Amino acid sequence: MTNVVLPPLGENIEKATVSFWFFKAGDKVNEKDDLVEMTTDKATFNIPSPCTGILQEVLMTEGQVAHVGETLGIIEEEPK
Amino acid sequence: MNYKDALWFQKEVFKAVHLGLEGPSLILCNHNPVITLGRTAKRENILFPELELEKKGIEVYETERGGGVTYHGPGQLIAYPIFNLARLKKDIHWFLRELEHIVIDLLATFGIQAKKNPDLTGVWLEKGKISSIGIAIKHWITFHGLSINLKKDDLDNFQLIRPCGMDIRMTSLESELNKEVDIEEVKKELIVKFKEIFNFTSVRYTDIRR
Repeated sequence: MTNVVLPPLGENIEKATVSFWFFKAGDKVNEKDDLVEMTTDKATFNIPSPCTGILQEVLMTEGQVAHVGETLGIIEEEPK
Repeated sequence: MNYKDALWFQKEVFKAVHLGLEGPSLILCNHNPVITLGRTAKRENILFPELELEKKGIEVYETERGGGVTYHGPGQLIAYPIFNLARLKKDIHWFLRELEHIVIDLLATFGIQAKKNPDLTGVWLEKGKISSIGIAIKHWITFHGLSINLKKDDLDNFQLIRPCGMDIRMTSLESELNKEVDIEEVKKELIVKFKEIFNFTSVRYTDIRR
């Protein structure tokens, strides 16, 4: 299991809002695919998939506010 | 230039920057009349039916940039910085504040004192907003960017929308100076300011004049 975590986005940025997921739970994702887009202030920020596998669970859905370090979703890694 | 063509071009430059084939790149252009919706835009902030806008020759696009509804037209200077923040500073708000800084410094060279608003991104004067900012970031590389209102004539079209979902007045460099502004002169200054603020020895820029 690999957690998709909201990375640090800069000084004094504690949180960001989920704008949307490019995939839904159950979809296969490849490493570096655009996975989820976040917004903060007048910027959107894309989080790529950290690995190849199945997007197991979406924990933070559209419009929800996530804090830096928080898990947005979980990927079941494909065995290598 | 059509918004759609400019977006395609931005993405081409983005790919080159992402692959490391290009360093910091700046696209300068003007747009044909267009209303764009950023990710937090609400359709209700476009105050006219799309059919009527179409008749006026104004296109409507949804884009991946941050922010609400805005208008772009030929009387604005548009700058799209395609920069790798991993090589500058991985800080989204820092980058937004630096873009404001650039516009403020640019306006100062024309004798105009503009300021930031701590709660609202963009650049402001007594009479209203003169510059709007909305960006997107992928793999820490920026695209989309900023617009500066230069010509007076274009401002009327802002009445077609509620910019950024608010009832705000817009102003332009011409309205402030009360004289005609040469877009080419502003472009030159803007490139200088980008280099100064980001400490670039050089910035590759594409100036699209159509």
